This record gives sequence, structure tokens and C-alpha cells, in this order.
Amino acid sequence: MPRTSKNISFVRTKLLDSKVPPTREKGVVLWVRKNLLSSWLNIILTAIVAYAAIHFAIGLWPWLKNGIWQASSLADCRAILADAGLGPTDGACFAVITDRWHQLLFGFYPPDLYWRPILAMLLFIGGIAPILFFSLPRSLLVFSALAPLGCFWLLWGGTLWLPLSITLGVCIGYAVLRGLEKHIAPSIAAVCALASMAFFFLFGFQPLVGFAQDSFPISIQKVASREFGGFMLGATIGLSAIVLSLPLGILLALARQSNLPLIKWSAIIFIEVIRGVPLIVWLFTAQLLLNYFLPPGTSFDLTLRVIIMVTLFAAAYIAEVIRGGLAALPKGQYEGADSLGLSYWQSTRLIVLPQALKISIPGIVNEFIGLFKDTTLVVFIGLLDPIGVARAIQATPEWNGVYWELFIFIGLLFFVVCYAMARYSLHLENSLRRDHK
Amino acid sequence: MKIITRAAHLLLAAAPLALAATSVSAATLDEVKEAGQLKCGIHEGLAGFAAPNSDGQWQGLDVDICRAVAAAIFGDSEKVEYIPVTGSTRFTALASGEIDMLARTTTWTFSRDTDLKNEFVGINFYDGQGFMVPKALGVSSALELDGTTICVNTGTTTELNVADYFRGKGMSYEPVPIETGAEAQQQFLSGSCDVFTGDASGLAANRATFPKPDDYVVLPEIISKEPLGPAVRHGDSEWEDIVRWSLNALISAEELGVTSKNAEELAGSLNENAEINRLLGTEGDLGAMIGLETDWAKTIITSVGNYGEIFERHVGVNTPIGLERGVNALWTEGGLLYSPPFR
Repeated sequence: MPRTSKNISFVRTKLLDSKVPPTREKGVVLWVRKNLLSSWLNIILTAIVAYAAIHFAIGLWPWLKNGIWQASSLADCRAILADAGLGPTDGACFAVITDRWHQLLFGFYPPDLYWRPILAMLLFIGGIAPILFFSLPRSLLVFSALAPLGCFWLLWGGTLWLPLSITLGVCIGYAVLRGLEKHIAPSIAAVCALASMAFFFLFGFQPLVGFAQDSFPISIQKVASREFGGFMLGATIGLSAIVLSLPLGILLALARQSNLPLIKWSAIIFIEVIRGVPLIVWLFTAQLLLNYFLPPGTSFDLTLRVIIMVTLFAAAYIAEVIRGGLAALPKGQYEGADSLGLSYWQSTRLIVLPQALKISIPGIVNEFIGLFKDTTLVVFIGLLDPIGVARAIQATPEWNGVYWELFIFIGLLFFVVCYAMARYSLHLENSLRRDHK
Repeated sequence: MKIITRAAHLLLAAAPLALAATSVSAATLDEVKEAGQLKCGIHEGLAGFAAPNSDGQWQGLDVDICRAVAAAIFGDSEKVEYIPVTGSTRFTALASGEIDMLARTTTWTFSRDTDLKNEFVGINFYDGQGFMVPKALGVSSALELDGTTICVNTGTTTELNVADYFRGKGMSYEPVPIETGAEAQQQFLSGSCDVFTGDASGLAANRATFPKPDDYVVLPEIISKEPLGPAVRHGDSEWEDIVRWSLNALISAEELGVTSKNAEELAGSLNENAEINRLLGTEGDLGAMIGLETDWAKTIITSVGNYGEIFERHVGVNTPIGLERGVNALWTEGGLLYSPPFR
């Protein structure tokens, strides 16, 4: 008998609601079964890890819970613990953080001026935001260009005319470039712009700053680099190096691919020499050897020397990361740009770099995280980064004997910054992804 | 990391030898005066010798030597730029002109004086190396330490002394190299090494901070002489004189009974003891002979005190470090401190 709708007694017209899955196939139970207990090997590994984690937590928790936050010295901490019937190592002595957090963060920066590094940090974040997040209006990039000079002025103090004159010098160069660009070859215009800037900084700069400061004195209290310390020192060195090394690294990577042998070989030698020597040796060079070669009596600021060395070091690594990105671009992209009649700089700016940088993002951010943590190496040349400050604090009569509390605090600080960088990198990768998700 | 640091240290230790002749011009005093402050190399953190208080002021026995020299030159003991230098970089920092003087618990040795081209101007602390062990180890003499593991600071005379001592006694040991005092404490307390060696003053200070000090004992043997003194560069004797006599002024002041409290009063009139008058500048003009003000030594004593006051303030029995004067007492009281006369 043919099956027709006539002789079927029941036709379902709407879909049944899906049934509740069995308990073992849903929610937490499913997750645990799939992720933790999917095979015998996984069950054993889960058990081992869970045991270790719980053991660790049980051991650590009382130490944290009994932590003393208010005390004047380690001996005082122990006395408070003893009053509570606890042994000297049964509770952490976080009072050292309460007492010295400002030194771990700012070093020996004058306490009444703490607002300046804080403001500089906010200015830096404000300046870097338009670069980091494409949804912000592009006109804010002018602010980004001015922010580093503002940070410089806030951190070191002195006359406002110094950063303003630097800005003027850069503007002169830019004006010359734009003015000549239309009339003569761009490369010659660039050389003219550089020459005019060099002329300004060599001859006009010092008198201008002096004259302006004498006529309209605007200055804030100067702070010597020696007084920088703690996390602020690491951030100053790390962030300056990050900001400066990226453009330098891009130029180096392009130079290494150049067809002009002089440029190409200079870039190769620079990159290989810098990469071939450990950072610590460059830091020792910055601290000690440079002084032999400078004329006697010149004292070129140590922190500045370190920033330059770290920047050059990071730039060499960034250049290699970006070279990887450049190499990964299909040849057709270069050829396509050429066939459109784009000049070298046009094709680099519009076609090559946007794609190459996108590929290089994880590598670049990885470099930056490494660089940020490498700033702690300056402790070996006697600069007081967070670790250096912690060592000095450990030597004071009050806190001699404190150990883990300081390092936990420093570790947390670094973790927050590095984790934020890592998350931003993920965000950037996702927002730049052009393939099908 | 450590290997790299040490390799760099070796490299840099050789550098000053090659370059010392060309690097630094003679008149350090003029440079210091022009800079407006004394660049003084200090320890990055050693209990009692150099450590920052919660206001960020460096304090300690070595720090007060820097302050004394600044007081002599500028009449103001605050005109010092403290430059923390590590054990590995201190001599290069001095030779390269990064610092004007070094007051960083530096042991005066033959090779450091001659080969490394430093000038030690005197001794501000007599120390000696000792050993600390847990009581549980059941050791009562350093001669029983055969086959133990020892926590030892790298780049210091400490390291070399242990090697010499054990070789001399025909014993073996396993060194655990460490970079800082705090790290050493932690390694020792966690049992990574059986023995903790270092300057006896430091051992006593460390032991006092342990959670259970009574579980540890400092062995009686002192295996080395550690005369710690301030140093300056080779080749500028005028500068050397200023630092040397600033230190001598501290010691002489204690011997003559001049303190930060009574110096002003003693300088007000001529005393029976002519040396006090010469020291305080009320008779003769010793200051002019080293290019300083007449009252240079008085300023030192009013601003930092005499040697005894400095000692008691930073490492004496009333501090957490709690050291007796011992060999660091004046020669008149059975110690070794002895200053040539101010004449």
C-alpha cells in the first residue's frame, strides 16, 4: 500500500523540543569527563596534579592568611605572630610592602613629585591608545607623537622649552620635507630635511632653549636619573625601548632587504653584532666602557645610556622578527605593487608592511614582553630596578631577613604588565584576521 | 646568568689595566667641586654599611665615610650622589671615573692596591671571615667541615679565602655560588648549603634576623684578615690626601674626645690640647694644606660625628646588628684603630 498523507494517522507539524541530555553528557560533569578523565592516563595525571595543587594551596594559605600588614620591622612582625601563638615563619610579613611599596614602585623619586611619573604613565597610555585601537579617531595620532616628549618632561623635569624646541626641530624637518617633496626627488628632499634638522639641533637648539627660558621661564623641578628606581625605572627603560625600537627595527629589516650593498651590509653587521653579544655585556659597556671613550669630565647620563643600549638591542631582534614577516609575503605581492607603478616607499607603506607586520605581531609582542622583563638586568650595573630596590630593602636593619614577600609583590607587578601585553596581542591578531573565522 | 656576569666581570677587570693611563685627568677635587657633589660608590645593600631608609636616604658605616668627605669639601654632608656598585663592577667604576671614591666594604689587598691601580686610604672597619652552621650539623670547629657544601658570595675575597683555607687543611668542599646576602640567607635557611661563610660582622647580623637564631652557631675560627677601607684612583695624590685625612679626622676625633655634640663648643676657644685646636682649625691652618677650608674637620665631626659615634649608630651593640667594638676599638682601648697625628 502506498504511503500517502491520507492513510497516515499522525503527522508531526512542529519539531519536538530537544530532550535534556543525560547527566553524564552535560555541564560540569561533561567538561570534567572530557577534559580531565577521558582516559586512564589522564585520570592518573589529573590526580597527581590535583594532589600537588591542593597540597601547595594548603601549605601556602595559612602563611598568606596570617600575613601581617602593619608592623615597623621584621622583628615586630615576628613579635605580633608570637602574640597570636604562631611561629616566626607561620605568617608572611607583608608589612614590608606597606612600609616600602613606594620605593619598590618609584625608587628614590621625591615623594612629593610622585604625581609626575603617574601622570607620565597616563599620558603614555593616552598617547599609545590611538595606535593600539583602530576604532579611535586618527586625528588623535598627533597627540601620540607629542606624548613621549610630555612624558620625558614630566619624568626628568627642567624647562618646558627643551621638549618644545625638540618639537620645533622635528616640525622644521617635516616642513622642509613636505615643501620640497613636490619639486625635487623625494630622496633628495629627505636628505635636505635631515640636514636642516641637523643644522637646527647643532646651532639653533641650545641658544633657543636658553633664550626662551630666560625670557619666559617655565620649568618644573629637575629630577636626576639617579633618583629613578623600582618599577618606574623598569617601565621607563622598557617602554622607551619598546617605543623606539619598533621603528628602528622596521628600518633595519627593510635595510637588510635593500638592493644597495652599503645599506644592506651595514644593517647585517649591526644586527649580527648586537645579537651576537648578551644584553648584560652591552649594559656593562654602557656603564663602564663608554666612559673611557668619552672625553674626561663628560658625564653622559647612565639611564640614558642604558635606554639607548636596550633600544639598539631590541631593535636588532625586532628587525629579525619583521624580516620573517617580510619573507613570508608571497612574491606576487611585491610584483603586484610594482606593476601598479607604486614607488618603493609607496609599495612598502601600502602593500608590504601592513601585511608583514600583521604576520609578525605575535613575535613582536613576544619580544616586547621579553624586553620588559630583561630590564631587571640593570641591577647588575648598580641601577636600582625593583629587584635592586628589594635587595637594598633587605639590607636595612628593619627588614633584613625578609625574602619572599618582596619577590611576590614584584612578581605580581610584572605579571600584570606582561599579561596585559599578551592579551592585547591576542586582541590585535583577532581584529586583523582577514581569513574566514 | 651567573656565568655571563662573571665572564663580563673578567673582561671588565682587564679593561682598566689597558686604559687607566689614558682615561682620567688629574684634578679630581676640581671636578668634584665643579659637579657640586661627590660621586661615592657604595654597596647596593648591606646591613649596617649601606641601605636606604624608608625616606630613601642611604645610611650606614660606609655611607658616613662618603658624607664625611662631602662635609670636608663642601661643608655640607648631604652633597653626595650615592652610586650603588656591585662587587664585580666597583673597581672599573672607580677607574673609569663613574665614581670619585669607593666606600663599599672593600678589602685592601696587594693586587687590588697595585695591579688594579687603586689607592686605599686607610681602614674603616677590620673584619675577618668566619663560618656559620646549623647546630644540627653537630660541628664545633671549622676543621670538621670536610666534604660540606658552602654558600659563598661570588667576586669577593670571601670566595678565594675559602678555597685557600680548605686547600691548606687538605679538606674538600662544594661551593654554592650566590650573588647577594639575602639570597645566601635564603639558601642557607632552606638547607641548600650546610655552611654559610662571609665576614664575621655580616654573619652575626644575618644570624640575628633568622627565625630561630639559636639553631645556628658561628664557628670560632676566623680564617682571614679583611681590612675594609675606602679607595680612590691611582694617580691623584691630592685627592687621595683629602679622603685619607677625612677618615683620619673621624678616628682622631674619637681619640681626642671630640664628638658631634661638643665640637662646636671646643672650637669656640683654644684648648689645652693643641691637637684638638689643629683638628678643629682654631690653631694653624691644616685645611689650606689640602686645599680645604680651615674648619673642614670640624664640619665633618659636627655633621657625621666621630668614628665611635658612627660605629654605634650603624653596627654597635644597640643596633639590630649588635657588634662589639672588638678590634675596631681605638688603639688606646685594645683595638687597631690608629690615626697619624694632626700636625
